[in-house]
Amino acid sequence: MLHTNIIANTNTINILPLQVKNLQIVKKGNLLLNDVSLNIESNDVTIILGPNGAGKSLLLRTAHGLEAPTQGSLKWNTTVPLPQQSWRAYIFQKPVLLRRSVRANLEYVLSLHDVDKNDYDSLINSALEYTGLSSLAERNARVLSGGEQQRLNIARAWILQPKAILLDEPTAELDPSGTAAIEQLIKTIAEQGTKIIMTTHDLGQAHRLANDILFFHQGKLIEHTPAKDFFKYAQTQSARDFIDGKLLTGSIEK
Amino acid sequence: MNDFSQAFAKALQLIFQLDPALLEIIGLSLRVSLTAVFIASLIGLPLGAALALYKFPGRGIIVALLNAFMGLPPVVVGLVVYLILSRSGPLGVLGLLFTPTAMIIAQVCLITPIVAALTRQTIMDANDEYHEQLRALGAKASRMMKTLLWETRFSLMTGVFAGFGRAIAEVGAVLIVGGNINHATRVMTTAIALETRKGDIELALALGIILITLSLIVTSLVMSAKHAAYQYHS
Repeated sequence: MLHTNIIANTNTINILPLQVKNLQIVKKGNLLLNDVSLNIESNDVTIILGPNGAGKSLLLRTAHGLEAPTQGSLKWNTTVPLPQQSWRAYIFQKPVLLRRSVRANLEYVLSLHDVDKNDYDSLINSALEYTGLSSLAERNARVLSGGEQQRLNIARAWILQPKAILLDEPTAELDPSGTAAIEQLIKTIAEQGTKIIMTTHDLGQAHRLANDILFFHQGKLIEHTPAKDFFKYAQTQSARDFIDGKLLTGSIEK
Repeated sequence: MNDFSQAFAKALQLIFQLDPALLEIIGLSLRVSLTAVFIASLIGLPLGAALALYKFPGRGIIVALLNAFMGLPPVVVGLVVYLILSRSGPLGVLGLLFTPTAMIIAQVCLITPIVAALTRQTIMDANDEYHEQLRALGAKASRMMKTLLWETRFSLMTGVFAGFGRAIAEVGAVLIVGGNINHATRVMTTAIALETRKGDIELALALGIILITLSLIVTSLVMSAKHAAYQYHS
């Protein structure tokens, strides 16, 4: 890989397992995450599935420190505090890019962290190349297509060589070719040893990418199983209904 | 009608001859209003940004006042500044009444609320959009504010130009605190009012043409700032 280890000692940090214990999040009197406990140990792709309002994004946001637990805990196996962390990155469904060039967007991220200015060019160029954006480097980021914007968003995360990337429905607004490009990127990043945790509504995508599945319904973790088992032998009725494309509404049905 | 076209021709002549009286008045107008908009920006931009980003006691009241003051009648501002600066007023000892400084003070009072309120709205909208993303990227609060100001620079310029447009075109405040004294505090708007009443239509018309031209320039600056902002927003 072109990308040498310039970012401060991220390679020596072991961030897994991610341990969640009795996590509860209450907002405005609503119980949004209900007594969630789980361990994520393997360094591959974990996908969070579930209907809208199941608590998928909330768990992801908590894992990036964007939400605080009401009760219980969520702990990465490291003590690097926010906001100076550079070992973990978060990808929003809709990227908010700065009103400047693609290259300047990447430079901005480097400037937020403790990166030697002499390394900017090589880091930016390798991130551009990695995400296939080299030819668009000088374009205004805001006029890129949705797929290109999301690739820049991922470049912005990858450039700091994070140990984990959290993605909240990264392809929800993209067309099939844009989606394919993002999925390919995610796969490559995971193969090179970065932990991926992402939410999606797209079962096919979960099929293509996931090593294990977290299935949420109404704020509860219903199943945590290896992906191949989940699609064949889901343990619960609600998970089976979800896989079959039934609409999950109301209470947890039998 | 013939009178009018004659007056119009004479007005153009004054403009193209660079009539000294005309230039003096235009120069003072620009000096007063540009200084006022500069000071109003120094106060209004940070005030608006602070109101958008920080919560502190009294914020709601300040915001309500700012919004109310955006549409202040210039004559009332002039009256209040007059009372403050007049001999018996609290700042009477400074002897500022009927000087360009008094006119600048009045215009600052008039347009600071405009600059601050527009800045606050702009920064608030940008913060809604950016806050979480910048936080997720690891930006600290001070850096976030700097980023927001830079990202919205074109929209902020719109507010500053709008303030200038209001300052250069108003007559009530500068008339009361300046007094429209020849060679001292006479600006375009007060001169137009006076010369029209005196029947010296040519000078009034020439000043009117200049003022409209300036307004057009400012408006097109506002529009191109908006256009630039829009391009960046899309």
